[in-house]
Amino acid sequence: MASIRQSFEIPGKMKTWSFALMGIGIVALIAGFVTKGMSKDHHEQDIFLGTLMYNTIFWTLVCNASMFFLCVTTMAWGGWQQSFRRIPEAISTMVPIFGGITLVVLLYVAFSGSHIYHWTDTVAVANDPILKGKSGFLNIKFFTIWTVLAIVLWSFLGWRMRKLSEQADEAAMDGETGAKFILSNTVRAATFLVWFGLTVGSTVPWLWMMSIDAHWYSTMYSWYNFASTFVAGMSLVALWVIYLKNKGYLEYTNQEHLHDIGKFMFAFSVFWTYLWFSQYMLIWYSNQPEETIYFKHRVQGPYKGIFFLNLIINFICPLLILMKRSAKRNYTLVTFMAVLIIFGHWIDYYQQIMGSISKEHVTMGWLDFGILSLFVGMMIFGVSKALASKPLIPKYHPFLKESIVHHT
Amino acid sequence: MAKKKFVVGCFDNEDVLFPAVKKVRTTGYKIKDVYTPFPVHGLDHALGMRETSLHTAGFIYGITGTTTALSCISWIFTKDWPLDIGGKPHFALPAWIPIMFELTVLFAAVGMVLTFCYLCQLAPFVKKHHFHLRATDDLFVMVIECTENTNTEDLKAFLTNNGAIETDVQIAEEGWWIGRYDKDEVLFEGATA
Repeated sequence: MASIRQSFEIPGKMKTWSFALMGIGIVALIAGFVTKGMSKDHHEQDIFLGTLMYNTIFWTLVCNASMFFLCVTTMAWGGWQQSFRRIPEAISTMVPIFGGITLVVLLYVAFSGSHIYHWTDTVAVANDPILKGKSGFLNIKFFTIWTVLAIVLWSFLGWRMRKLSEQADEAAMDGETGAKFILSNTVRAATFLVWFGLTVGSTVPWLWMMSIDAHWYSTMYSWYNFASTFVAGMSLVALWVIYLKNKGYLEYTNQEHLHDIGKFMFAFSVFWTYLWFSQYMLIWYSNQPEETIYFKHRVQGPYKGIFFLNLIINFICPLLILMKRSAKRNYTLVTFMAVLIIFGHWIDYYQQIMGSISKEHVTMGWLDFGILSLFVGMMIFGVSKALASKPLIPKYHPFLKESIVHHT
Repeated sequence: MAKKKFVVGCFDNEDVLFPAVKKVRTTGYKIKDVYTPFPVHGLDHALGMRETSLHTAGFIYGITGTTTALSCISWIFTKDWPLDIGGKPHFALPAWIPIMFELTVLFAAVGMVLTFCYLCQLAPFVKKHHFHLRATDDLFVMVIECTENTNTEDLKAFLTNNGAIETDVQIAEEGWWIGRYDKDEVLFEGATA
C-alpha cells in the first residue's frame, strides 16, 4: 500500500495543451459567431447553432455515459472496475459543466425563434396536423422543464455516487459497514439508472435531436444515441486509463482491466451497428416517403460520404481491429481505436444533427474542429482537475481486492 | 490407438494445485492435462498451453458463412430468378444482411462445436478414459505422462509431498478410443472393475 501513488499531479504539459486547445476553440467560437452567428442569413445562423448543439450534446452524453458505466457495474456487483473507478468518476464531473452549456444552447435555440426546431413555430404547428398531434410532447414548456430536469438530475445523482465513493478513502470497513456501503451504492446506482433510462434511453434524444426533423420519427433513435455515446464514453475511459498508466499511476490496473474495457468498446460498437442497421433497414424496406425523407439526403445526397465513413469508422474498424484478444490487451492499439471511435461517433453526431439542419451542404470545416477542440480542451482540463482532487485508488473499497486479482 | 502410462495426482485445493503445477513443470515432468470440476482462471497459462486456435477456426467458418450467403443469394436474385419485389433493386443488399448474418452465425457455431468435439476427441461411440471420477465433482486431477525412464514411485512421492491427497498409476488410451461404457467396464488396465 505504501508504494502506490495516490495523488495525481497535473503535468505542466497537459495544462498547456488543454489551454491551447481551449484557446483555439474560443477563437473559433468567436470567429464563428462573427461570421455565421451574426449573419443575416438564417441558414448560416442555423449552422452556427447546430455546430454548438451537436458538440455540446455529444460531450454531455459521453461524459454522462461514464457515470452510467459505474452505475451499471455497481448494479452488477462488479469488482473489476474499482482499481480505476476514479477515472469515470472524474469524467462524470464534467456533466454539470457541459450540461450547463448544453442547456444554454438548447434553450437559446428553442426560445430564439430559430428555424432549427420547427415545432417551436406556433403558426406552423396550428396548420400542421402531424405537429399538432405531437404537440403534447413537442412543446416549449415540456422541452424546457424536461431538459432542465434531465441535466440537473444527472448531475445530482452522479454527484451522490461520487460522494459515496469518498467513504472508501477514509477508513477500513468491517463486514457490516462494508455491506451497508455496498447496499447504499446499489440504491444510488439504481436511482441514477432509472433516471438515465427515462432520459438518455428514451426521451432526451427525441427531444433534443430527433425533433429537428419534427415530422420524422424512429423508435430506435434513443437506443442508437445511447449506444453511440456509451461506446465513445468507454473509449474516453480507456484513453484516461492508458494515459495514467503511462505516467506510472494506477498500479493495480493492468492489461486484464484494459481487456475488459476493450471488450466494452468492441461489443458496443457492434451493438451500435445493430441499431444503426435496424433503423436503416426497416425504413429502407417499407419505403414510405415520410420515413425515407430522413435518409434521402444522407444516403443519396451530399452527406453520402460522411454517412458511410461513419459506418466504416464505427463498425468495420472496431470489428476487424478489436476482435482479437491480443488487440484488446495492446495499449497502443486500444489508444488508437479509442481516438478513432470517439472521432467516429462525433462524426455520427455531426451527421445526425447537421444532416437535418443543413440538408444541401456538408458544413464540416474549421468551425466544427474548432468547437471540438474547445470541448476536448475543457474535458482535459476539468477531468485532470477532478482526478487531482481525490486519491486515485479507493483503497478501502470492499471490492478492491477483486479488482487487484482480476483476471479475464 | 496407443496406450500410455500415466501418473495421476489428485488435489483438493486450487491454492495447492498452482504451486504443484509449477514445481512439476520445472522438475521436467510432462503434464498431459489437469482435469478440474470448474474452469480455473489462469490454469492454462500455468500449464504453459498454447492459446487455442478455435477462435481462428471460428472466424474462418464465419467468413465462409457470409460468403456462402452472399454468393448464393446474389446469384439467385440477380442471375437465376430475378424477381421484382416492391420495386426494389435486384441487388438489394440491406435486405440480405440479416440472412448473411444468420448464415455467419450458423456456420461459425456449428463449425466451432464440431471442431471443438474433434479437438477433444468427443464423438458418438468414442470412449473417454476418466482418470478420476471425482474430477467432475470436487477434485483437481493432474495427469503426468510417463516415459520409460520415469520412476513412478518417486513421482508419486513427489506429488504427495506437493500436496496431492491421492496418487496412482494408470495405463490408458490417449487417442481416439472406439468403445462403449456398457461393454468395457474396466476404466484402465490393472483396475479392479
